[in-house]
Amino acid sequence: MTFDVNEYYSKLNGDDVLIAYKGNVTSELISNVLEVVEARMDDYSEDSKIRKKVYNVLVESLQNLYHHIDALPPELQKEFDEKFGILVVSRIKDQYRISTGNFVEQEKVAQLKNKIDKINSMSKDELKDMYKFILNHQRLSEKGGGGLGLVDIARKTGNPLSYKFHQYNDDFSFFNLDVFIDYKA
Amino acid sequence: MEPLLIEGTAKTPTVKFDAKEGVVEIKGRSIPENSIEFYKPLVEWLEKYGESPLALTQVNVQLEYFNTSSSKCILDVFKKLEMIHKGPNEVIINWHYEEDDEDMLEAGEDYESIIRVPFKMIEIVD
Repeated sequence: MTFDVNEYYSKLNGDDVLIAYKGNVTSELISNVLEVVEARMDDYSEDSKIRKKVYNVLVESLQNLYHHIDALPPELQKEFDEKFGILVVSRIKDQYRISTGNFVEQEKVAQLKNKIDKINSMSKDELKDMYKFILNHQRLSEKGGGGLGLVDIARKTGNPLSYKFHQYNDDFSFFNLDVFIDYKA
Repeated sequence: MEPLLIEGTAKTPTVKFDAKEGVVEIKGRSIPENSIEFYKPLVEWLEKYGESPLALTQVNVQLEYFNTSSSKCILDVFKKLEMIHKGPNEVIINWHYEEDDEDMLEAGEDYESIIRVPFKMIEIVD
């Protein structure tokens, strides 16, 4: 059985959800999502420290999607937009969870997996050093991505990046990333 | 030299660079998807200002949020300031952060460890 995007989305969309979205990831969409999530956190009267962390991590998660979304498997191109991604932000017990999902070409899976595993194995100080090294030595891509997003997310949340690759077919996998931000000490 | 004035938006900061006063200010949010375009005039202005800077240049950075795309461009701005500081003129970077915002303080300390310009960490208390 192949991976079903719609089923996966409805399963995620069950908790205390601040926003759930599936579709085209554009600059305007990112602005709208940030505005909604900011307003929803006001509803929870969330501590400003937590609010900032969630906002920062959400910006990086969305812009990671924006910069890295690959083309869709051909048979899904009718059903979904070109820059198709999924985002669900929920407030679960003790934590905010930011889930993002997008299709990636099979050949990029190993590299991405290695990068995340490496980040997850690093201590807080090692992450700080890695961040500063990339900041100082790597140039921005034409699109403005800097290769710092995941490192920054890991640093700010202090939690491991939780991920899965769901094989879709020989050419594509669906990449799901769950990022957790603690809101209770 | 004409001042550089840019009004802030939801994704880009307010910019006020004034050569007569020797004051360089960046305030607000800096979270554009691609920051290169936004920061290009800032770096160019500083390049020109560096040809005849004031004896003391005060830099005020007060960001509520900035993304990793901006972080590299902010480093480019600081590198221009470092060039000015290397000469006979002085530069001070005042890095403002809200009192509970440890991440923003830490970001300032990251820059301080890379750039050879004196930093002053300034806590904003409500």
